[in-house]
Formats: sequence, C-alpha cells, structure tokens
Amino acid sequence: MENTRTAPPVLTARAAGLIGCTQCGRVQTPGEARCIRCGSVLQSRDEASLQKVWAWFFAGLVVYVPANIYPMLRTSSLGKTTDSTILGGVIDLIHHGSVGIALIVFFASIVIPVGKFIAIAYLALSIRHRVKLSDHRRHVLYEVVEFVGRWSMIDVFVVAILAALVQLDFAASINPGIAAVSFALSVAFTMMSAQSFDPRLIWDANKGNPA
Amino acid sequence: MPNVTDVTVADDLPDPAKLIACPQCDALHLDADLPIGSTSRCVRCHTVLESPRQLALTRIVMLAAAALILMIAAIFFPFLELHAAGRIQRSSLLDTVMAFSTGMTAPLTLAMAALIVILPVTRFVSLIYVLAPMAFGWTPARHASRAFRIAEALRPWAMAEVFIVGVAVALVKVAGLAHLSIGPAFWAFVALVIVTVLKDNFMCRVTVWKTLEQRRPS
Repeated sequence: MENTRTAPPVLTARAAGLIGCTQCGRVQTPGEARCIRCGSVLQSRDEASLQKVWAWFFAGLVVYVPANIYPMLRTSSLGKTTDSTILGGVIDLIHHGSVGIALIVFFASIVIPVGKFIAIAYLALSIRHRVKLSDHRRHVLYEVVEFVGRWSMIDVFVVAILAALVQLDFAASINPGIAAVSFALSVAFTMMSAQSFDPRLIWDANKGNPA
Repeated sequence: MPNVTDVTVADDLPDPAKLIACPQCDALHLDADLPIGSTSRCVRCHTVLESPRQLALTRIVMLAAAALILMIAAIFFPFLELHAAGRIQRSSLLDTVMAFSTGMTAPLTLAMAALIVILPVTRFVSLIYVLAPMAFGWTPARHASRAFRIAEALRPWAMAEVFIVGVAVALVKVAGLAHLSIGPAFWAFVALVIVTVLKDNFMCRVTVWKTLEQRRPS
C-alpha cells in the first residue's frame, strides 16, 4: 500500500485509544505513566500546554522591554563612555558600512524575537479560535519557531566576545550592559514557551475536540 | 517512503508494538523495519519518523569523541588576539565566558559557560556513554535511557554554532578599531561546530531508541 494519497481521515493514537510517545514514537495502551521503550513521561495530550506557553510567553515579553531600553554595550574610549542599545548597535554597524553584519544582528536580535512573540501567540490562539492558516502551514510555522529561537542568542555572545577582547584600559574598553542579561533571559523564556507547545494540538483543533 | 503505511481504520488495529505514532502530530503508522539509507516520514505532517544510516552509531560515537577533543583544544588555546596601540590582548574561550563576571551581569557568566562549554560537553559525553556500547554490539550501559533522554533534551540549549556566528559578528565590529588575529582555538571551535552538525545529521532518535530497546537484557 502506498501512502501518497492525502485522504484526511488519519487515525491518531489518541483517537485509537492509545498513547504515542513524543520521544521515540512507541505506541502503548493507556495506563502506563512512562514509556516502556524510552522512559519518557507519557501524555496523550499535554493538557497544561497552553498555560505553560502563555506563562513563558509573558515572562519573555516582560524581560524583552528592558532588553531594548537599557544599554547592551558600554564602550569607553579615551575617557569618554558611550552606551548603545540593541537598535543603537545595529545603527552603528550601518554607519561603519558593514550592512551585511548589521542585517544579521538586526535579524537575530529584533526580527526573530518579535516574530517569535507573534508566531507563538498566533499558534497558541489558533488552538482555541478559527484561523486562516491550514494545519500544515501552522505546523511548519511551529517548526520554524522551534528551530530559529536559539539563534537570537547571537547578540549576547557578541557582547561577551567584545567585552573579553577589547580591554585596552584607557584607549578603549567595552563592558557589557544590563540589557544583555534581560535579553538572554527573554531568549531563554521564549525558547521554553515554544518547547511547551504541544504540536499535536494543532492537528486536533480542526476536529472540534481541543485539548 | 517504503514500508510505512498510515492506519486509517480503527477496527484492524495491530499490536501497539507494531505501530509508531508521529512524535509531532500523533498520526499512527505501521512500523516496519526500514532498509538502511531510507527515510520514512509522517503522512500527515511530513516529520521524519526514522532514517537509519549505515554505521550511524559508530560514526556518531567517533564524531562525539572528536568533538570532545576539539572542545578541550578550544578551551585552552588562545581564541582571538587583538593588536592595538602597541599592545596585544589575548582572549581565550574562558575569558569570553568570564566577560560578564563583574557587576550586575554576573549571572550571565554561568549561562555563558553552560551554553558554550558545559552543555555541549555533557551532550558529547552522554552520547558516547549511550552509543559506544551499541556500536560495539554490547548491551546498553546502566541508565543509558536516562542519559540519552538528557542528551536529547539539551539539544536546543547547546549553542556552539550560534556562538561561532557571534564571533564572526564581533570580528567585524572590532575590525575597524584594531588589528585582529585568529588563534588556534577559533579553528578548533569551527571544526567542533562542523563535527556537531554532522553528528546530529546522522542521528535518528527513533532508531537509537529502538536499538536500545532491542539490546536491553530482559
């Protein structure tokens, strides 16, 4: 039998009265608390998934605000100290003429975090409300969010490398600003938020039996 | 996509042990042994279910061991050198980790150490611990399941490759200010990232779990 046909009635483990392991795919009868193959905790659906997603989401959102307001880098050169925020750093790079690098930083520290907030909120809302995007599109969106989240850490690493490298006393020195901490926290929280999301809910939603 | 068929009718459900549920969307598939080199995907969401590869276990163990050695080199050799105003500022990976250690940003030191060094090393060690006995055809080591679960859970948090892109950005930022040269540790770290990516490509989570299950003494 070939499986090229796209007949919609795909039987899920839940619909068959079984539980599938999200780690190793082993299917088992209900009643086991842990997977008999890999020992992961079994849940037919993560009932608290959306709650966790929103909790981490708002935690991430809250710390994202100071990350943008406070300085990320503190550069002192010949006795003069300048602070630069995330956006300020991008603008500096453009003034230096390195537009490509400016784009990388702009994507990693502004477009990806903001896009991630929007995407996570959209995915979480789409479980309870009707949305336009098909299940498959939303699944792809979920995978993109999962994959891309960690790349936002670039800016924190850049600050660390610069601060370690540029310590020339009076001539020039770079020190990290407090925004680095809140930005790192924001990235970690949104990663937790995306990981808490149970993608199986996307596929359940259109059958009228959410969670 | 050979040998994997979706199950559409609930009546003729076979034994659960012969089924596989898509880890992403829960769709049931018949779980047959795949030929080496082929890949099976979920019929609904197209997530890769299984992709057994020739000698995959041995290769993963080798690559993880290589990555461990490279990490040791990356930690102890100089990473970057900055020449400015007649002075040379050398910094190693450890200096980079310690960059946040003063003032309000101190908690980040721990996070940096974890993301760049500790978590990747933990992953390499636990993968070797789990897979080396498999590669030799022995029975799994004690707590192998737990070790492999930890290794998989840490996967998104081991950010060596993100760090390398960060280094590239930092290099450009400093380039105008001073002359920079790249130390041996930098290349060790680049090699480490390549090895890690190769290793993760070889690894098929479901296949590893199945192998662990088969070899488990019962």
